Amino acid sequence: MNRSTIISVLLILLGGGFLIFRASTGRMGQSYARVSQVNAEEALQKQLTDLDDKLAQQADKQSKDSQAIQASRDQLQQRINAVTGQTWTTRTPVAPKHRGEKDVEFNWPMTIGLWISAFGMIAILSFLFQDNILYKLTEAILIGVSAAYAMVLGFWDGIVGILFAKLTPGMVRETVIPATPLEAEPELMFLVPLILSGMLLMRLSPTGNWIARWPLAFFIGLTAGFRLVGFLEADFVQQIQATIVPLVVLEADNTINFGATLKNTLTVVTVFCCLVYFFFSIEHQGVVGGIAKLGIGFLMITFGAGFGYTVMGRIALIAERMSVLFDDWLWLIDPTGKRIGLF
Amino acid sequence: MIVAYFVPPAQSWKDDLAIWFEILAAFAFVLGAGNLLKMHLQKVSSRQAGWGFSVVTIVAFLVTLVVGLGKVGVNPNPTFPEYAWSGNKMESGSSWFWYIFEFVYLPLAATMFALLAFFIASAAFRAFRAKNIEASLLLGTAFIVLIGRTYAGIILTDWLPAPLRFDRLTEFIMDVFNSAGNRAIMIGISLGIVSLSLKILMGVDRSYLGSEE
Amino acid sequence: MLAFFRDLDRRWIFLAMFLAIAIPLLTGIRFPEAPSKMVRNVFQEIDQLEDGSDILLAFDFDPASQGELQPMAAAFTRHCALKKHKLYFMTLWPTGVPMIEQNIRILATEFPDYKYGTDYVNLGYKPGQEVVIQSVTSEGNLQNLFSTDNAGSSLKSHPMTEELGDIQKMALIVNVSAGTPGAKEWVQYAATPFDLKMVAGTTGVGAPALYPYIPNQLRGILGAIKAAAEYEQALIEKFPDLKENKNSQEGLRRMGPQLIAHLLIIGLIVVGNIIFFVDRKRGTAS
Repeated sequence: MNRSTIISVLLILLGGGFLIFRASTGRMGQSYARVSQVNAEEALQKQLTDLDDKLAQQADKQSKDSQAIQASRDQLQQRINAVTGQTWTTRTPVAPKHRGEKDVEFNWPMTIGLWISAFGMIAILSFLFQDNILYKLTEAILIGVSAAYAMVLGFWDGIVGILFAKLTPGMVRETVIPATPLEAEPELMFLVPLILSGMLLMRLSPTGNWIARWPLAFFIGLTAGFRLVGFLEADFVQQIQATIVPLVVLEADNTINFGATLKNTLTVVTVFCCLVYFFFSIEHQGVVGGIAKLGIGFLMITFGAGFGYTVMGRIALIAERMSVLFDDWLWLIDPTGKRIGLF
Repeated sequence: MIVAYFVPPAQSWKDDLAIWFEILAAFAFVLGAGNLLKMHLQKVSSRQAGWGFSVVTIVAFLVTLVVGLGKVGVNPNPTFPEYAWSGNKMESGSSWFWYIFEFVYLPLAATMFALLAFFIASAAFRAFRAKNIEASLLLGTAFIVLIGRTYAGIILTDWLPAPLRFDRLTEFIMDVFNSAGNRAIMIGISLGIVSLSLKILMGVDRSYLGSEE
Repeated sequence: MLAFFRDLDRRWIFLAMFLAIAIPLLTGIRFPEAPSKMVRNVFQEIDQLEDGSDILLAFDFDPASQGELQPMAAAFTRHCALKKHKLYFMTLWPTGVPMIEQNIRILATEFPDYKYGTDYVNLGYKPGQEVVIQSVTSEGNLQNLFSTDNAGSSLKSHPMTEELGDIQKMALIVNVSAGTPGAKEWVQYAATPFDLKMVAGTTGVGAPALYPYIPNQLRGILGAIKAAAEYEQALIEKFPDLKENKNSQEGLRRMGPQLIAHLLIIGLIVVGNIIFFVDRKRGTAS
């Protein structure tokens, strides 16, 4: 056994022992949920009450508005009759300190999920020790899940939510988005993006992938046109405008504000020197070379600041993950009082 | 898109084209997922090295896809209880899709990126050398920012005159040098984007069509 | 000693980083924070608005960056709710939807008077990246794209979105972003062309690149977890009751491990450079 393997085995044994001890005493990794019953009839009754209130507020009971509300009310009453007896259960995650309250119960799926996520996190962190099969397995799962997640959201929010809602609003209203406006009519113009999308999917075909060039051209052309205006206005014109600042800033009483003067002067000088550095049409020699060198210096300061912020950002990510492991799973810390009064 | 900027009556065309783009973007997700599936299926069928992990990827993908597309476990929208598929696909506590996101995707994705902190520490030790004046400037600025952006910046440099305290110095560096340096970079990039966009629109650059062009 | 550090296995560095974060977390070390000028500017942008103003909260981040951004997103949500602003949530990232849900849970638990549809609404996600910004800023076009909210209810059924045609009427855009599309795109396609007021919260990686937009196009930025902690401190100073709310101090709690880890990184850079200079002097540097 080499040293790495010995250390791995020791870590697993120690860690495993600790987990078994803590879990067996009920002092870690438990999830609780508030259970509530939703009654479909009651949910619709609330809407009926709202409509009754609206009707009561109408001065003229024969007006068009009143008739429309009455029609909606009649429709709603029919819907209430159709859902009589329909109920379902919702489970909302709550902090463990609520255990013992009415409607709060230990939740097995969330608890198992918590342990799966904890072991998944440890599997990924194990890469720091050495590359191993657990890390590769977890990575493979993450790739699969993330691709499917994006596709599911693209389907429900894009394909169904926009395309089908425009092309077949009636069908969408009867099935998945009942809130689709009643007055919505099929917009046949959206056959064009449907056809383009079909052509885009031909990219997967070995022989037909040239067909995908047309929608890709649409994609790229639209993006190019869109970005041209956006970048020119926000990143060019406005930036130059923001650089044209007074090099000597005077207060109301005509005295020099040295702080603002220094800031403005340095800003203009820095922008100028950096731009000279990026201007490669003139050889960087002599005066131009000197200014370009100054520009490099300023850019190094810029990148140094960027590096400092990057380090700060990365550390915050691991601090959050470790906080989740110590708090939600291991129950070693409780900074937000989720388990007050539990033990 | 450009014409609508200069000719306001063309705004409605711009809006319509934008919605077409959004639909195509949704299908691009389908394309991406399909491509992933194709790649991994090829790997499995040709038994390339690591094909077992491709099986895991495909299984994870298909399970998430079925559960998400089928809205498995999702309760109806209380406003429309008679429509079984009207519910929120990410309904917490009920939707299987929510469970997969909450207990698989979220922790794993977050931890994957959190690994970077360790690699930054390792890189800081092994690679960040003050080899010349430029590198020294970079490291010196990083040093000031790293200290200045924590409480250490206040305790360690409280005795210095106000403008030289690391927290104030950090603000000054960010407001002046960082802002100006990034402004120059931004101006350069915007000119590059404009020229690239014009080249694409005029057909000079067709690299987006693939390597045959 | 130098030889030990020169040949140091990087796993010891990983262990040092782990301990630098774990020990402060386990001991709960905290340090006082004083809001900087930039954070105060961002704070004032939300605070000086009249109560009940319309605010667009665009949360464009994912689980990978929620460690940095969730504290500032939560702080923004709390601040807006304390000011009784009308909140419109949306996202340009598919993984931003659960991030919005996390913050809506804050409204549900800490602000029970906040009613969905009257005080806040979740528009959700639509694919298309920055083109979605153009769709929601274009006059009268928003409901062409978002006909329903994230839960599937018609926008016309909610009082605050019944007449919502576009976001040009928003008093402020509050964007929390982790990359592209994000704050830069909101500045380019919403704040700049329509002269909308905007503040942003970004990761440490993205913050420096947004500074050139301040103050004309972007009123202020919260960059990284430090700014989130300062914002939380500013909130506590303005609304002292928040001191009792431990959930509102996530950023402040994280500054303990942050400081120790920063000192570790600096120490590692210094030791690495000492080795480099000693080796260079001895003529053995590679």
